[in-house]
Amino acid sequence: MSAAQSPSATPLIRLAAVTKVYGTGQAELLALKGIDLSINAGEFVAIMGPSGSGKSTAMNILGCLDTPTGGQYLFHGAHVEALTRDQRARLRRRFLGFVFQGFNLLARTSAQENVELPLLYRGDSAEVRRAAASRALASVGLTGWEEHTPAELSGGQQQRVAIARAIVTQPAVLLADEPTGNLDSQRSVEIMELLQGLNEAHGITVLMVTHEPDMAAYARRLVHFVDGHIASDEANASPTRPLAATTRSH
Amino acid sequence: MLLNTLFIALRSIRRNLLRSFLTILGIVIGVAAVITMVTLGNGATQAVQLKIASLGSNLLMVRPGQRQGPGGAGGGSVPSFKEADAEAILTQIGGVATVAPEGRSSVTVIANGRNWATTVTGSSNAWFQTGNWTLAAGRPFTDDEQVSGAAVCVIGETVRRELYGGAAGSQGLGEQLRIKQFSCTVIGILASKGQAGMGNDQDDTVLVPLHTLQRRVTGNRIVATLLVAMQDGADSAPIKNALTQLLRERRKLGDGDDDNFNVLDTQQLAETLSGTTQVMTALLGAVAAVSLLVGGIGIMNIMLVSVTERTREIGLRLAIGALEREVLLQFLIEAVVLSALGGVAGIVIATVASILLSSIMGIPYLFDPAINLLSLAFSAGIGVIFGYFPARRAAQLDPIEALRHE
Repeated sequence: MSAAQSPSATPLIRLAAVTKVYGTGQAELLALKGIDLSINAGEFVAIMGPSGSGKSTAMNILGCLDTPTGGQYLFHGAHVEALTRDQRARLRRRFLGFVFQGFNLLARTSAQENVELPLLYRGDSAEVRRAAASRALASVGLTGWEEHTPAELSGGQQQRVAIARAIVTQPAVLLADEPTGNLDSQRSVEIMELLQGLNEAHGITVLMVTHEPDMAAYARRLVHFVDGHIASDEANASPTRPLAATTRSH
Repeated sequence: MLLNTLFIALRSIRRNLLRSFLTILGIVIGVAAVITMVTLGNGATQAVQLKIASLGSNLLMVRPGQRQGPGGAGGGSVPSFKEADAEAILTQIGGVATVAPEGRSSVTVIANGRNWATTVTGSSNAWFQTGNWTLAAGRPFTDDEQVSGAAVCVIGETVRRELYGGAAGSQGLGEQLRIKQFSCTVIGILASKGQAGMGNDQDDTVLVPLHTLQRRVTGNRIVATLLVAMQDGADSAPIKNALTQLLRERRKLGDGDDDNFNVLDTQQLAETLSGTTQVMTALLGAVAAVSLLVGGIGIMNIMLVSVTERTREIGLRLAIGALEREVLLQFLIEAVVLSALGGVAGIVIATVASILLSSIMGIPYLFDPAINLLSLAFSAGIGVIFGYFPARRAAQLDPIEALRHE
């Protein structure tokens, strides 16, 4: 059941011959050397590869934070490469959620307010914000922790708040850049199970960059980058499943 | 969008209370300094004007001698005035309301078993008008008392309080008061003018008829000063010229001789003195304005540091979909709200400081709405100007670079 080869639906994301060049002249660096990639709605894709393989560059382009030097990027049928900075910001605000390795929560700010932040930029009312943030925090298992600031939360809990912040806008795609990079293995497993749950239960498309094969094993599709190319793109027929007996600790 | 951005900016200020406080400290001090200086300067100006007004408005003070200024009576060779000079001025010069000849002597007065060192002033009933005095109790002199030099006196509030005690304007009327060798009856009590500022207590005086002073205290016929009150709205310059002309004739000065008396115009004095204090006010205000400017640069400095320090936060905001102008506006609003808060705090501090300092300095406290509004507007303006560059820098950050910032 590989979604990658699903012939029916128009893909949500399509990269066609995408290149990215950094610098000019002698210092020119070809980070992406013509990438073709299609991702359908509802997929869970792990992007892997060594440092300097271009996976982070690809992730930035996929997240509409950066534009390709050449080629086409179609998101929801829109040509992202032709959008202005503000148009891409509006696209991110509406369709994308971000989870970072370093959590990037606002310090001295309650979990609730951190999660509400994207809704503030959308201009939602205080009640809508509060309700949506509470729902998002509940779906990452942090009900009761709304008033705690990042300093009062463990690393795993902070990353859960960050995930709640990413999904509070009900995005089409969740982009996670090394989401377990700062966590120990126990917390990492919890985060991966959470992402897997969000993907399967809520149908959120998840794109995740990781260099840990154990974490990538939770995804249903594995894309390997090497030296600016996609070296392999294969379905993961048996993603890692949470053990039924696992008791979650928050 | 504006409302939302305002909300975001306010949250950000609340999150960084200590830093916000330090940021606005310069503005607080600047605004407080400007307002305090200007308020105290205005108070000092008014104190000077009040003091001169309490001497009597539209008053010409004529004294023998050539030196200018109060207390400038010349040497022994200069002849003093006579009572007839006062009469001549009143009848021969137009625009003169009244003229009071005045003589003074320092004495110790005794009553009720207490004594008090004060000044005894000899003059006529015109003295009340030239000095803007009113009686709190009793009556002025009768014509008989003035001509005969009767043993009667009118006392100032300070003298009354020191000798007889009791509430203001109450006890003492009808009592006996001993001045040097003679005893006089208190027939009136002057309404208090209060401290005229700069330590000069005008209520510390005893008034007797001029003849009483001449015969019983000084033993001569000297009139030390002529107090000439002009009619309301009269122009002092022509009156002053006519007065000088008349006195030169009466004192038999030749064309080549210098005046052997001088005329002090209180109106002119008021203008000169309040002009001086106004210049001082402007000067102090200007110095304080420099500190306000330095405060503004402080805001820019801290906002720039804050942009660097919050690079990751800005990157995050941009990544989750904040528009460039929303980030710009957020930082701009933070700067403006901070500096306006600083302005408000400065106004509060300035008000407290001005009230305290003006009571210590013995000058009136005058609330000046213009300078308060101006300072507030100026400090908010500083927020816009000095907040703009850091804000633009924040808004133009590349989200990827900003997120990677350590």
